[in-house]
Amino acid sequence: MSEITKQSLSELVKNIKDKNLSSEEVTKAFIDRSEKSKELNAYITENYSSALENAKKFDQKPNLELKLPGIPMAVKDLFCTKDIRTTAGSKILGNFVPTYESTVTQNLWDEGAILIGKLNCDEFAMGSSNETSFFGNVQNPIDKSLVPGGSSGGSASAVAGQLTPITIGTDTGGSIRQPASFTGTVGLKPTYGSCSRYGIVAFASSLDQAGPMAQNVKDCALLQEVISTYDPKDSTSIEFKRNEYSKELTNNIKGKKIGIPKEYRVEGMPKEIEDLWQKGIEFAKDCGAQIVDITLPHTSYALPTYYIVAPAEASSNLARYDGVKYGFRSKGENLTDMYEKTRSEGFGDEVQRRIMIGTYVLSSGYYDAYYLKAQKIRKLIKNDFDEAYKKVDAILTPSTPSSAFKIGEKKDDPVSMYLNDIFTVPVNLAGLPGISIPAGQDTKGYPLGLQIIGKAFDEQSILNIAYAMEEKIKFKNKITDWWIK
Amino acid sequence: MSKNKSDYLINRKDNQYEVVIGLEVHAQVTSESKLFSSSSTKFGAEPNTQVSLVDAAFPGMLPVINEFCVKQAIKTGIGLNAKINKRSVFDRKNYFYADLPQGYQISQFKDPIVGEGKVILDMPEGQKEVGIERLHLEQDAGKSIHDLDPQNTFVDLNRSGVALMEIVSKPDLRSPDEVSAYIKKLRSIMRYLGTCDGNMQEGSLRADVNVSVRVKGSKELGIRCEIKNVNSIKFMQMAIEYEANRQVDLIEDGKSIDQETRLFDTKKNETRSMRSKEDAHDYRYFPDPDLLPLEVSDEFVNELKKNIPELPDDKKKRFIDEFKLSPYEATILVSDIETAKYFEEVVAKMGKNKDIKLAVNWITGELFAVLNDKNLEISQSPVSAKNLAILVNLIKNGTISGKIAKTVFELMLDGDKDPQKIVEEKGLKQQSDPKAIEALIDKIINDNREKAIEYKQGKEKLFGFFVGQAMKVSGGKANPQLINEILKKKLQ
Repeated sequence: MSEITKQSLSELVKNIKDKNLSSEEVTKAFIDRSEKSKELNAYITENYSSALENAKKFDQKPNLELKLPGIPMAVKDLFCTKDIRTTAGSKILGNFVPTYESTVTQNLWDEGAILIGKLNCDEFAMGSSNETSFFGNVQNPIDKSLVPGGSSGGSASAVAGQLTPITIGTDTGGSIRQPASFTGTVGLKPTYGSCSRYGIVAFASSLDQAGPMAQNVKDCALLQEVISTYDPKDSTSIEFKRNEYSKELTNNIKGKKIGIPKEYRVEGMPKEIEDLWQKGIEFAKDCGAQIVDITLPHTSYALPTYYIVAPAEASSNLARYDGVKYGFRSKGENLTDMYEKTRSEGFGDEVQRRIMIGTYVLSSGYYDAYYLKAQKIRKLIKNDFDEAYKKVDAILTPSTPSSAFKIGEKKDDPVSMYLNDIFTVPVNLAGLPGISIPAGQDTKGYPLGLQIIGKAFDEQSILNIAYAMEEKIKFKNKITDWWIK
Repeated sequence: MSKNKSDYLINRKDNQYEVVIGLEVHAQVTSESKLFSSSSTKFGAEPNTQVSLVDAAFPGMLPVINEFCVKQAIKTGIGLNAKINKRSVFDRKNYFYADLPQGYQISQFKDPIVGEGKVILDMPEGQKEVGIERLHLEQDAGKSIHDLDPQNTFVDLNRSGVALMEIVSKPDLRSPDEVSAYIKKLRSIMRYLGTCDGNMQEGSLRADVNVSVRVKGSKELGIRCEIKNVNSIKFMQMAIEYEANRQVDLIEDGKSIDQETRLFDTKKNETRSMRSKEDAHDYRYFPDPDLLPLEVSDEFVNELKKNIPELPDDKKKRFIDEFKLSPYEATILVSDIETAKYFEEVVAKMGKNKDIKLAVNWITGELFAVLNDKNLEISQSPVSAKNLAILVNLIKNGTISGKIAKTVFELMLDGDKDPQKIVEEKGLKQQSDPKAIEALIDKIINDNREKAIEYKQGKEKLFGFFVGQAMKVSGGKANPQLINEILKKKLQ
């Protein structure tokens, strides 16, 4: 048996079910490694002692029928967890302890998972490098001073660094897939409406979606199976037949039609990304898939559309953080003064920037020119995909236009930072599922990911394609444990 | 000020001004729970005891529409003869305030659930139609309490998230009296439907009043001011009167009217500027991404239509046709659903040989006077419909006279006593035996021979004296009709 923290979720589940390992042993192993990995700064809040207690409790009366029997895991700190601090990476929620549990995390605990901690993320999930977190940068286990991507940077770092066997993130414009790509891990953004948003600190309600992150496709499939449930507490949750994704997972994708959208060949795209994409096409062919050239004509409008819609919703969603009811409050001379001080001290720069953009695009006189137009383009982008899916079963693109960059490299250049999301945002705008799988390394040895985009509610197909390609790609993440002294 | 019939005009030197009024009525939906959460809506609970995580806008909390409130809004729309929009959209109205936990109010902006409709007012001069622009659903805010502490403001979120219907009229109203009639009619319709209790003291019904003035005959609308949140009909009327005169004075002085939001100071009886158009909030309305557009099917609406009770206008028509009431009487009886119910029960209990006119007179006369005096609603009437019906029948069949009936009625008030029993116990039955009355009258004429002679000589006024004597001697029980007949005969 290999070292516990190196095992995949499926191996751990099997070993616990076969009683080769106890939940306590597994939990302790991940806690120990997490303790040694403080330099990654992946955690905002640790829950070690109560995790160990829960593991012991599980072992006393193990329910081995569960899908995640006694499996320890950390989750992005955007999910509200009952009695455990939930910060959304922000000072303004720095002391906030929910009295309630998000539906998605509740689903995890109901299947036997045990919470070991809350993972770092960009403040209110706004960022692509985890540098906007009030709780500091997160290191990428791939290399020192490298960003893990964002906003689910702590989650990606924790999975790649084996601090947690699996995790969940949220993805509004690429926040699961981009960090997965940067850390050589697998991340799935499900169809909008697949996972309940109840209890997830909102960024942009019409785009936010929780999803699984893991070391391989199979683990992702199992986790997706657990977290995706219809939830009447979320009016945008959708009732549809949810597969047992892990059970129905197959590497037989013969005859599946995979579209290659020409518009994703963006200007200035590094050659290694172009090469990776080509390699991906070859792998897909090797798996028996049929490659079809397609067009998604409105792709170039996706990024500006996203950076109108998301900030607009965010500006309104974040209005509740006003110092009146909970969270951080600064003293003020009067109500308005208190609001101004609380919000300018409580929110970081990027969040304030997006609140201002959002407020601007919704203002009377600008609404039609920005917000309304963006909504119209959003519809066109969705139509592009609908047209494409008349011809193909899935679409293959790179996950990101580059590999991970250095901490600080793009911090003062928001536009260049936003460009990171260029391949991922169209998927959120169209509400579709997308998965990023590691597919190679650049010249520096940093991982690069490929994205497979599916039809709405057809997570199974993209999981199958990813599973089949994963087998061919045989990607091996280079983790040197450089941060462990 | 001239008040020729319906014309409410403001006169200044050479000009006559007409007042144009439109109302935005906020009516609290009658429902157990709030518009987007399951918290109770009960009035008068301890502060912050009816607040869910959704109402207090905790992170990650999401609104879920209360289907009952949607039904209530549609029913109200049907009652206003309005178009029901099968697709409506909830928007966010963004602004900061301490008692607005989300930082936005969920309302309906572009696509309300109910479109254009109309309400008929019964004015003394005749009927008047008032157009309804729209009705939309929205959340109420919490309550800021400023006077409990010198330094701090307290916030009570019990009301936060309670469902309101905002009913917007067209600028069709022309006088304080029409405004009063309009509010009463709306309230009456909603009470019939059970969609709003209309209790203005508890804030279930309040209105923003838009007022402008223009020279009589002009077709263009003047610049309007909006008087916010007025919570009684009397205050609305006072506010309009003050505001219209203020605007006329400005025009007469050659000054311009600023389009602005004003507050009515009930103590000083004046309106004051709250904020000008320039300071107006930019609410940044946009569709709430937490809620899908609200779609209702034809079947859904038709099912509600089927169960709409008879509304005041139809009931009035039926009362006129079926019971031969005058339009005036019918209007009074249908204005409040409880009164209409009471009346119909009296009619039902009176049986075959009934005198409906007489019943109406008793309800709108004696009964209303007592209710008014004791400050009671008709639903709390000390005299039941059944017993009032018996009383009216006793008059109708000659058992007691109208005068005696008043005495009986007084006695009925104490514990809703059966009038039949009162009449028997107190021996109040009317004397209708012609022979007995004849004997009585013979004796009176005999005792007052001189007066009888005077009468016969032409002093006809004395007839009343003899009637009075007969009633007095009989203790009020003698049948007055018979007294009249026999007296006339005997004094010829």
